[in-house]
Amino acid sequence: MKQSWKRSITWTLVGAVVVTLVLASAGAFTARAADPIKIGFGMALTGGLSANGKPALLAMQIWKDDVNKKGGLLGRPVELVYYDDQTNPSTVPGIYTKMLDVDKVDLVVSGYGTNLIAPLMPIAMERKLTVIGIFGLANNEKYRYPNYFQISPTGPDPATSTATGFFELAAKQNPRPQTVALVGADAEYPQTALVGARELVKRYGFKTVYDKTYPPSTVDYTPIVRAIKALNPDVLFVASYPPDSVGMLRAAHEVSLQPKLFGGGMVGLQFTTVMTSMGPMLNGIVNYDYWVPEPTMMFPGIQDFFKQYQPRAAKEGVDTLGYYLPPYAYAAMQVLGQAVEASKSIDQQKIADYIRATEFTTIVGKIKFGKNGEWAKGRTLMVQYQKVQGTDIEQFRGPGKKPVLYPDEFKSGSIIYPYSAALK
Amino acid sequence: MFSWELLANALVAGLLLGGFYAAVSLGISLIFGLLDIANIAQPAFLILGSYAAYVMNTAFGLDPILTGVLFTPLFYGLGVVVYRVYYGSFERRGEESLRGLVFFFGLLFIIEVSLSLKYGVDYRLVQAAYIGKSIDLGGVGIAYRLLVPCLVGLAMTLALYLFLGRTFYGRAIMAVSQDGPALRLMGANPVHIKTIAFGIGIAAASLAGALLITIAPVIPSTDRDYIGRMFAITVLGGMGSIGGTLVASIILGVIESLMGTFFGPSWSLAMSFGILLIALAVRPAGLFGR
Amino acid sequence: MRRTGAVLLVGLAVVAAGIVVASLRVNPYLYFAGYVILQYVVIATAWNILGGYAGYVNFGTPAFFALGAYTAVFLIQSMRAPLPVLILAGGLVSALLGLGIGYLTLRLRGVFFSIATLALSIVLQTMIMNWEYVGGSRGLSVLRPSGPPFGSYVTFLFTVMVLLAVIAVTVARFIERSWIGRGLAALRDNEEAAECMGVPTLRLKLFATTVSGFLLGVAGAPFPYYVTFVEPNSAFALDYAVNALAMPMIGGTTSWVGPVIGAVLLGTAQQLATVTISSEMNLFIVGVVLVAFVVLAPEGILGLVRRLRGR
Repeated sequence: MKQSWKRSITWTLVGAVVVTLVLASAGAFTARAADPIKIGFGMALTGGLSANGKPALLAMQIWKDDVNKKGGLLGRPVELVYYDDQTNPSTVPGIYTKMLDVDKVDLVVSGYGTNLIAPLMPIAMERKLTVIGIFGLANNEKYRYPNYFQISPTGPDPATSTATGFFELAAKQNPRPQTVALVGADAEYPQTALVGARELVKRYGFKTVYDKTYPPSTVDYTPIVRAIKALNPDVLFVASYPPDSVGMLRAAHEVSLQPKLFGGGMVGLQFTTVMTSMGPMLNGIVNYDYWVPEPTMMFPGIQDFFKQYQPRAAKEGVDTLGYYLPPYAYAAMQVLGQAVEASKSIDQQKIADYIRATEFTTIVGKIKFGKNGEWAKGRTLMVQYQKVQGTDIEQFRGPGKKPVLYPDEFKSGSIIYPYSAALK
Repeated sequence: MFSWELLANALVAGLLLGGFYAAVSLGISLIFGLLDIANIAQPAFLILGSYAAYVMNTAFGLDPILTGVLFTPLFYGLGVVVYRVYYGSFERRGEESLRGLVFFFGLLFIIEVSLSLKYGVDYRLVQAAYIGKSIDLGGVGIAYRLLVPCLVGLAMTLALYLFLGRTFYGRAIMAVSQDGPALRLMGANPVHIKTIAFGIGIAAASLAGALLITIAPVIPSTDRDYIGRMFAITVLGGMGSIGGTLVASIILGVIESLMGTFFGPSWSLAMSFGILLIALAVRPAGLFGR
Repeated sequence: MRRTGAVLLVGLAVVAAGIVVASLRVNPYLYFAGYVILQYVVIATAWNILGGYAGYVNFGTPAFFALGAYTAVFLIQSMRAPLPVLILAGGLVSALLGLGIGYLTLRLRGVFFSIATLALSIVLQTMIMNWEYVGGSRGLSVLRPSGPPFGSYVTFLFTVMVLLAVIAVTVARFIERSWIGRGLAALRDNEEAAECMGVPTLRLKLFATTVSGFLLGVAGAPFPYYVTFVEPNSAFALDYAVNALAMPMIGGTTSWVGPVIGAVLLGTAQQLATVTISSEMNLFIVGVVLVAFVVLAPEGILGLVRRLRGR
């Protein structure tokens, strides 16, 4: 009798231990599943680039929500750790070091813009991190770091990416334009764009009659546009930042500067607030863009993205249409997320190798990376503002006002040439 | 690339710009030129005036210059408050130089950063009936966007000149700048007079700010472009001379315009500072200085 | 003399401590943050030599700092000069700038000097933006040299900055207690009276401007290696101007201790803010604190401490 008691107790104890072990290991697994994957980055939430930084952040947060709704990455929820880099490159080393060493993030992404990505490169190389850059211009040219990938449709030759479409369109017109005026701001992007423009002018054999720059703090653009008008160029290529794009355009209207082809690399004309305040003054401008709501640009998932983005953007007071940068910020996270899932790890090198070898399908189309982490094929669009009336935002929400003229695979409309014809 | 038409246009644009620069510099001419208070925060009040015009323009469609005029009493009051703090903390104790300067710099900073926090760094512009149009006089185009502020600037200059020369308070301000104790002996309170003058200076800034946003879009850090211009004009024109301010403004406007048209605009901003430094080195009393 | 010996010992001890901290290889983030705070100790001390001791307010700190940084960039680009050469060169060039500006304007009233320094930043920035060799407006990426001691180059820079901070403070203390400091104090209180007493005011002012410029340039010289990407807007940032003012004002301008206190307090606060509330709110607060101190506690923390002690 005592023997069976002892045996029962022994088996109960064994059973209890087994059950405890099973429960404990189940608990361990659940704990791991709840352990988030942290993705860290600095972002320009204040300062000069915040107008683009804040919408980019919103897009990345939407991605995080989308991914977490589907169960996260590798079964773990995704958490974004970000700090404001204040559009000041000197904050970047400190921010990323803190995220890596104190917050212990698993993966990093860059901030927005060339100047904020540049200080990240040495840190990435030192710690062998895989970095996805958001809208930087030629950040990797000097370093040639193999684990850097750029999300920006500029393609393998960032300097000429803007000017290529513009001057190709110019060369196609009949009668062929002869003279070109180049003008741009004394700042990073415009200078690079002008370098590319000069190369293309030489390639197509145009004659340059004006080639000058101005300080970005210029108040009055009238002297500049007058000087240009006096030379009567056929083509006017402008590489400017938002304030000068606006100022230049307004001044051009005032003096009735009407080259046959006008535009090129004017940053800012893509922003919702600028489009709605300039209205019909934009008509005829042939400018670069990265995404417009034309039927040829409706990639899988992009409309769902905007359905989420636009109401949230309106509430947060950022660019309400979001047709410029936000889809690309989302796509950057898509690439990272897909690479993590496919390589089944958060190992930096495995992710990098996967990204290098794969063609991704994202909400901005198919992306394949080439030399130095740039896109194998550039996809800077050339669009023209046509038939804009008044300052209502709704006319820009759908297709029609900014048809794509270049490249051919996304072409959705025809150019109105010369420029003056579009002003009527 | 030279042509007479281009030259004529550059000159005219420069003259118009000069009228506007006069509006911008009147306040500092009064406050620094006459009262000898180095109010470095003046450009921040300028921008504050621009943003006031922007807010009224976007919310109610008010013409910016109208807003500028309407807000004058408000900014006058603000100026009074600022001066009272300045006087109480520094002037009375006789410690103006270091601490006063730092005080105003801190004020400049606070105003600029507050605007940045509230309105972000997007460029703000206004809409008005006359922006975007221009008239053509024999090959020389005159943009209304420049003409109207220039005219307002000239009007402000004239008004201030007459005020200082012909009215009681105006003359009292001139007196206090020359000899404070003597004024006290004549029964007027110098502090009271200086308060009024400071208030007028700030009020002038707000109206000039409304003109500024009419001419070009504005962001919070635009004030830094004007620090140099304001002081360059005041020093070049001569401390305490309203007429000198006008002349110096026009000179600066024309130089900037000519530089921009013929030599490329890269250096035109630095020109004003170059002029300031040269003026300080060669003739600190300015053209019409006392 | 004994005091001086003691001071040198303390200085050496601090540097040694810095080296120990560096070799401990604690959390790398500390070295990044520490570098910035120490950099501000140098900047604040340098500013105070002219501002606190002589009473001449320099609003153009960014110009001197950036000039030191860009001199370093130029030397790195042209001949890959070693760090000590960069620091010395940066300091000398900025010292020359200080001498030049001083010569132009110090014969006039103090307020004109200040206005000139305001203009200085913008003129210099325009010049740099047009100088393609150092990157112009596009900026320039700088590669850190490889194989430093302490494993990471930034840790090495941290120790360098400890050394520079000690040097700056020692120089300031030396000036403060010497006849130069007494002369500066005299001209700060009443320049005309000092002249009448035979104080060589112009020479002293030029001396102060030159030394101040030198130290500011020295602070800026290692900056390219720290940030690895130098562009005019951030090199000439207004932050430097405000902090250079606020730190001594908050700490106390009459002694070398003040800028150190101000730099450590304000610098640490800002570093924390960058990774917590992180926005321009942080700059706004600096401005408000600055104005509050100038109005309510013009002698800074040192003054408050003195008052508390009942002096």
